Amino acid sequence: MKKILLSVVVLSLWLCAGAMAGDLDGFQGEKGEIRIAGGTAHIPVMKEAARRIGERNPKIQISIAGGGSGVGVKQVGEGLVDIGNTGKKPSDDEVARYGLYLCKWAIDGVAIIVNPANTVGALTQEQVSDMYAGKITSWKDVGGSDKQISLYTRDESSGTREVFWKAALKEGTVAVNANFVVSNGAMKAAVSQDPSAIGYVSVGHIDASVAPVSFNGIAPSPQTVKDGTYTIARGLYSNTKGAPTGLNKKFLDYLLSKEGQQIVAEQGFIPVQ
Amino acid sequence: MRRWHERVVVRLLFVSTLASALMTIGIFGFMIVNGFPLFAGGHFFEIMTGPWAPHRGMYGIAPMLIGSLAVSLLGMAFALPLSLGCAILITVVSPGRFGLVVRRIVESMTGMPTVVYGFVGIFLLVPWMRTIFERGTGMCVLSASLMLAVLVSPTMILLFCDAFAQVPLSYGHAVLAAGGTKIQRFLHVTLPCSRQGIVIAVTLSSGRAIGDTLIALMLAGNAVQMPGSVLDSARTLTSHIALVFAADNESPEFKAIFACGLSLYLVTTILMLIIRGAARGRGKHAPEY
Repeated sequence: MKKILLSVVVLSLWLCAGAMAGDLDGFQGEKGEIRIAGGTAHIPVMKEAARRIGERNPKIQISIAGGGSGVGVKQVGEGLVDIGNTGKKPSDDEVARYGLYLCKWAIDGVAIIVNPANTVGALTQEQVSDMYAGKITSWKDVGGSDKQISLYTRDESSGTREVFWKAALKEGTVAVNANFVVSNGAMKAAVSQDPSAIGYVSVGHIDASVAPVSFNGIAPSPQTVKDGTYTIARGLYSNTKGAPTGLNKKFLDYLLSKEGQQIVAEQGFIPVQ
Repeated sequence: MRRWHERVVVRLLFVSTLASALMTIGIFGFMIVNGFPLFAGGHFFEIMTGPWAPHRGMYGIAPMLIGSLAVSLLGMAFALPLSLGCAILITVVSPGRFGLVVRRIVESMTGMPTVVYGFVGIFLLVPWMRTIFERGTGMCVLSASLMLAVLVSPTMILLFCDAFAQVPLSYGHAVLAAGGTKIQRFLHVTLPCSRQGIVIAVTLSSGRAIGDTLIALMLAGNAVQMPGSVLDSARTLTSHIALVFAADNESPEFKAIFACGLSLYLVTTILMLIIRGAARGRGKHAPEY
């Protein structure tokens, strides 16, 4: 009797574990390395996915580096990494030159952020354009205190910058005195420290250290990005050189699986499935 | 047998010297070849003096050139007196236990990774600068050069100490025997005798100051403007290379960074020549021993 009970327990535990693993099953018994680099908006999801895969399959090594979308395209194209992340759709020219295969696994908004101490909570497209162009230089002119605006932007290879420049600045100029930071994380750190800062980050990166500003009356959130009312948005892509195979394919499949898409949602992005 | 060994060693040393010399020339050639298309189109003047505005087709590196010079020269201006003073403290003023403790601390600082200094700068120095000057973001030429001074000083202090230690003891004894003080011995004997060591220390440190990327990238703000004051955000040539490097290989932005590399090379070389020239010029008046 005892034996039967024990085997029932074991069997049910085994079934349970099997049911829980679900989308991770494909990695069973696999070993090897996945090298990922590029877009910095992707990093929270990449890290969580890597943690879950690594916990159950210690023989799979996943290394995640930043660098920006430009680095993502370049390094995967030159074979330096297996998966290159971009926070925008790689250009047709890049796709053709390197033979890239694109995998879009999330939609992400780019939020305009200010320091939490700043009282300004809403800006229009014209105001944002004028601020970045250096036409509006004081927070007083947009309803804040009489402080000089510190502009923060990203370098040319940033996918986040490209989306922001197109949708929020309407491809307008950026004043030469704007400060440049190198990642979404660095942008958050800079804005959280500077009381008169304005910057922009991926919606998935927003936390209590920075305050998102509503754009044309719409607050950036997964809901507003999803229903299209918040207009500064883009896809998050993970790209491979040629069709993905082996571990890389399994990793991309996992991102698109139910569990992967759940991670995407948990990290503040919009799932595509 | 000994001669045969010696000959091998001499050959080996010659080959390594030749290799490092060729490497330096090779890098210069590589940069000329890659940067040439930009200069060949008659854009040389434009690139060296113009602004950086890629969307208007302007790839000038003048703001970065000025940024590099401002950050590194100001950094050296802070570092040189600091290092000289510290080295004098260790070797002359208090050569005993206290001096040794200071020396050990300085030695441990030389091994500190640059990124640690950058980090300290961003979380301590930058907010501090912002509150003190109440202007701008705190990320400015001054912040970067102060941190750069902290970065290059330890090595410079140790090189100074070594230079002072190379002066034969008997010279110093002679001064003391003649009734001179420790400070007089230092000013009139040790300092002139260690001239060459000091020049080497300054040359190496200037090279490091102008070549350092991370400090300026993290603390100077990286704005593509000509800095008008030490409180303005600025971008150095090295930061510019780091920031633009991620751009598309085929883009003109990417090609323009070869011009940056080339100017960095030339600026460093010119700076070295100036320092050496200045040292040699002054050397004529120094007493011969």
